[in-house]
Amino acid sequence: MNRTKGDEEEYWNSSKFKAFTFDDEDDELSQLKESKRAVNSLRDFVDDDDDDDDLERVSWSGEPVGSISWSIKETASNSGSNHEREQLKNRNNFSSYTQLPKPASTYSLSSIFRGRTRPGSFQSLSDALSDTPAKSYAPELGRPKGEYRDYSNDWSPSDTVRRLRKGKDKLQLLEEAVSMHDGNVITAVLIFLKRTLSKEILFRELEVRQVALRHLIHFLKEIGDQKLLLDLFRFLDRTEELALTHYREHLNIQDPEKRKEFLKTCIGLPFSAEDSAHIQDHYTLLERQIIIEANDRHLESAGQTEIFRKHPRKASILNMPLVTTLFYSCFYHYTEAEGTFSSPVNLKKTFKIPEKQYVLTALAARAKLRAWHDVDALFTTKNWLGYTKKRAPIGFHRVVEILHKNSAPVQILQEYVNLVEDVDTKLNLATKFRCHDVVIDTCRDLKDRQQLLAYRSKVDKGSAEEEKIDAVLSSSQIRWKN
Amino acid sequence: MAAHLSYGRVNLNVLREAVRRELREFLDKCAGSKAIVWDEYLTGPFGLIAQYSLLKEHEVEKMFTLKGSRLPAADVKNIIFVARPRLELMDIIAENVLSEDRRGPARDFHILFVPRRSLLCEQRLKDLGVLGSFIHREEYSLDLIPFDGDLLSMESEGAFKECYLESDQTSLYHAAKGLMTLQALYGTIPQIFGKGECARQVANMMIRMKREFTGSQNSIFPVFDNLLLLDRNVDLLTPLATQLTYEGLIDEIYGIQNSYVKLPPEKFAPKKQGDGGKDLPTEAKKLQLNSAEELYAEIRDKNFNAVGSVLSKKAKVISAAFEERHNAKTVGEIKQFVSQLPHMQAARGSLANHTSIAELIKDVTTSEDFFDKLTVEQEFMSGIDTDKVNSYIEDCIAQKHPLIKVLRIVCLQSVCNSGLKQKVLDYYKREILQTYGYEHILTLYNLEKAGLLKPQTGGRNTYPTVRKTLRLWMDDVNEQNPTDISYVYSGYAPLSVRLAQLLSRPGWRSIEEVLRILPGPHFEERQPLPTGLQKKRQPGENRVTLIFFLGGVTFAEIAALRFLSQLEDGGTEYVIATTKLINGASWIESLMEKPF
Repeated sequence: MNRTKGDEEEYWNSSKFKAFTFDDEDDELSQLKESKRAVNSLRDFVDDDDDDDDLERVSWSGEPVGSISWSIKETASNSGSNHEREQLKNRNNFSSYTQLPKPASTYSLSSIFRGRTRPGSFQSLSDALSDTPAKSYAPELGRPKGEYRDYSNDWSPSDTVRRLRKGKDKLQLLEEAVSMHDGNVITAVLIFLKRTLSKEILFRELEVRQVALRHLIHFLKEIGDQKLLLDLFRFLDRTEELALTHYREHLNIQDPEKRKEFLKTCIGLPFSAEDSAHIQDHYTLLERQIIIEANDRHLESAGQTEIFRKHPRKASILNMPLVTTLFYSCFYHYTEAEGTFSSPVNLKKTFKIPEKQYVLTALAARAKLRAWHDVDALFTTKNWLGYTKKRAPIGFHRVVEILHKNSAPVQILQEYVNLVEDVDTKLNLATKFRCHDVVIDTCRDLKDRQQLLAYRSKVDKGSAEEEKIDAVLSSSQIRWKN
Repeated sequence: MAAHLSYGRVNLNVLREAVRRELREFLDKCAGSKAIVWDEYLTGPFGLIAQYSLLKEHEVEKMFTLKGSRLPAADVKNIIFVARPRLELMDIIAENVLSEDRRGPARDFHILFVPRRSLLCEQRLKDLGVLGSFIHREEYSLDLIPFDGDLLSMESEGAFKECYLESDQTSLYHAAKGLMTLQALYGTIPQIFGKGECARQVANMMIRMKREFTGSQNSIFPVFDNLLLLDRNVDLLTPLATQLTYEGLIDEIYGIQNSYVKLPPEKFAPKKQGDGGKDLPTEAKKLQLNSAEELYAEIRDKNFNAVGSVLSKKAKVISAAFEERHNAKTVGEIKQFVSQLPHMQAARGSLANHTSIAELIKDVTTSEDFFDKLTVEQEFMSGIDTDKVNSYIEDCIAQKHPLIKVLRIVCLQSVCNSGLKQKVLDYYKREILQTYGYEHILTLYNLEKAGLLKPQTGGRNTYPTVRKTLRLWMDDVNEQNPTDISYVYSGYAPLSVRLAQLLSRPGWRSIEEVLRILPGPHFEERQPLPTGLQKKRQPGENRVTLIFFLGGVTFAEIAALRFLSQLEDGGTEYVIATTKLINGASWIESLMEKPF
């Protein structure tokens, strides 16, 4: 990419593509109104010809990306003091809506309304916005901005309002704005209507003007006018949106107690049946977490409990998802009786956690603590005759994967690999996790001499495994199938 | 100048120069030395239009990113804020201006809105008491930014959400404006086709805008023959699938931003002897990816499985070229060899980079999880087991894979089944909420509203009909020497591109039934041309179609369109425009609810 000038010339001439020449350019641009200017500025193209060569090396500051001076300049702007911020805030509060400094020019609504003097014409609206005598397809291009200047101030907003005293006029204005499709203009009209019409009338009229209605909703969301938004949804009987919009606000509440109280107000809102249950659970979960957190923080700082000493908590449990909370509880509170809020069994019951989910989480937590007895107990069931049996709702192949992830010793792994029902899966897992005995025994049971031979080449020379394989291979009891 | 923009059938440098000229004009209006304060999001897109040297020529001495409290000290006459019209940015700008007012000499403040002035924002500045401080308040209509010789993007991240969730038409209005600008530069587009609600609206806006400017006739000979406007929600499926082209995979794995990608530096460490391997670079390697790079232009759109062989062939050619030096005997021969060196070295550098990138990608694509995910995706897209709970998805949730990944594949299943059975949907929802947090109810609701994850209504799965009629699933796909667009997803032919292909030949009349199944109206409009501008096509000359994706397009779809452009008997070449370059992950992310 760093071609020298000479190369570049050659490249252009030899390229099979049409080279970019200024003559072509001139032809096309001359069609535009300001061909003269264009031609003049073509000289500039030649001058800044080089700048693309800098592509990779130079950042926006003109300095190498990542250089020290670049980063200093970048961070310099953080230095403003809090005090100043505070002042600023106060100042803003005073100035907003009350005393407006005189702007040099106002980009006021009047510019839109002016068009109303020529009724029924659409053109008038756009005239008001660009106010240029000549029209072209793309007024922005090439024309000096000064031409449109600022939307002139010949009618003040209050004048305009006087002229638009009738509600009918106001709505006609809205309709014209909507048919222009310019969201900016629609929003402007809506701001105006919001100020001058009563809520009831505004809502009623917007109900039959869906496009404008959607813009109002978007606008209210943007400026964060939650109250009016909720009123609007209530009026429109859009109950689910009403509920979700209200619920959404909890994301902005940091304090756990306040968040909990807020979530309480969400229960009973008109969510869909499924979601209602989830919202209830959300509240209950946070309520639990607050209790658990207070309790455990105390235990941890007291330093008397072994589990917290050995495995200090990495983060607070507040606002964590349910499954994470269950993991936490299986990790720190596994043996607690069902009556306590922090016990896994209690969580399982309260939130109706499916057996699969529960076993997976408990397994991961206990394996992490290398509590193999607990792992064993998870999968042991007694039938009515008192016989014990191993059973895993998630399938033993998953158990093996999780155990391996938590670096369980081979003896443990082996036990569970053996419980995998599907022979191919079993053999694969055993090979993958180097459970030699399982591989050898399985091959023997399958009478698969070839596979066993192949495995022999993978084990260490002179190891116990090799010996065992040799013993099996030389056994005369087995009738190999291959 | 950006040479690669002029390689294509339509010279997009004309557009780039037009927007550069507008920028220069604005800068010159603020006489004297200047500092620019950037809305950080805009620096990427602006980088495609102009480099710092251009700004420097117009007396821009300092540049800062927009941040709270006060501005860094700068001894300049003008301070120009360049920002998107967003309320939260207005608050920061006001804070900057107010704290500046209280210190030192008076400055001239200006504000440049990109791409459009907003009454709402100016009202906010007024409420904060600073509107009057700005001498120039203008807009810079950077609607469509040229990314490559055949690619334009508005880089409007919220466009899909605004259009399909909030039904806010602002970005459609900008799209229409951008199309008017294009027509001013490249002539009126005689035929407009479209499919979808938003497409219909953009076409309406264009027709209206044209009527408003009846004063002047556009006298430019038309470069584009057709415009095809496509709603993203006509084809929700394609972005959800994992892209399998080279460029698509780079984007999936590392994310391409404004044609730049950041890569882990380890693979790019300079191999110098004597360093002892220490001093590995720690900062991400940043590379620009566009067709200005010969090798990249050749491999970007290939299926990843076909990239390796090209790279190794290139390696042989380059080492052979370097070997030539031994044959150079005479002074003349040596001189010629030396003159080729810079080009050869650039080629070698480029080859080294792409070999490293291909290695990085290969590490991912050969992983077990990637294979499993792809298998499930392909099953869904070919219509297998879309109506029951999928065990791979269950596993992903149980192992707490990233939520976006889970949502993406659940959505894929839903789209391939025209919605999930209520029982299946409820199951997934509960698993997701319990594992990732209840607050994601809000995101799930958004996905449902956008039609990505919903219950099946009407009890009929229409996807099989669409799949069969449009031949979306091809069993015999040739990744090395493709004969069909389905190579970009190793079997799945992107629906959107199939629609474009069928429009050009034999026409949409042949697929009326499917068009009725897909959402939104389909239509055709003509913009009459004066007789002098009517084109008489030479025999064998291809038509040029501008295809505009409203709501985003993926690199794999772009690759498929480029494949069609290059077909010898294709008859149509495509220039692609979009509101945003997306992939499944960035798309889903744009629909997720975050705190205010």
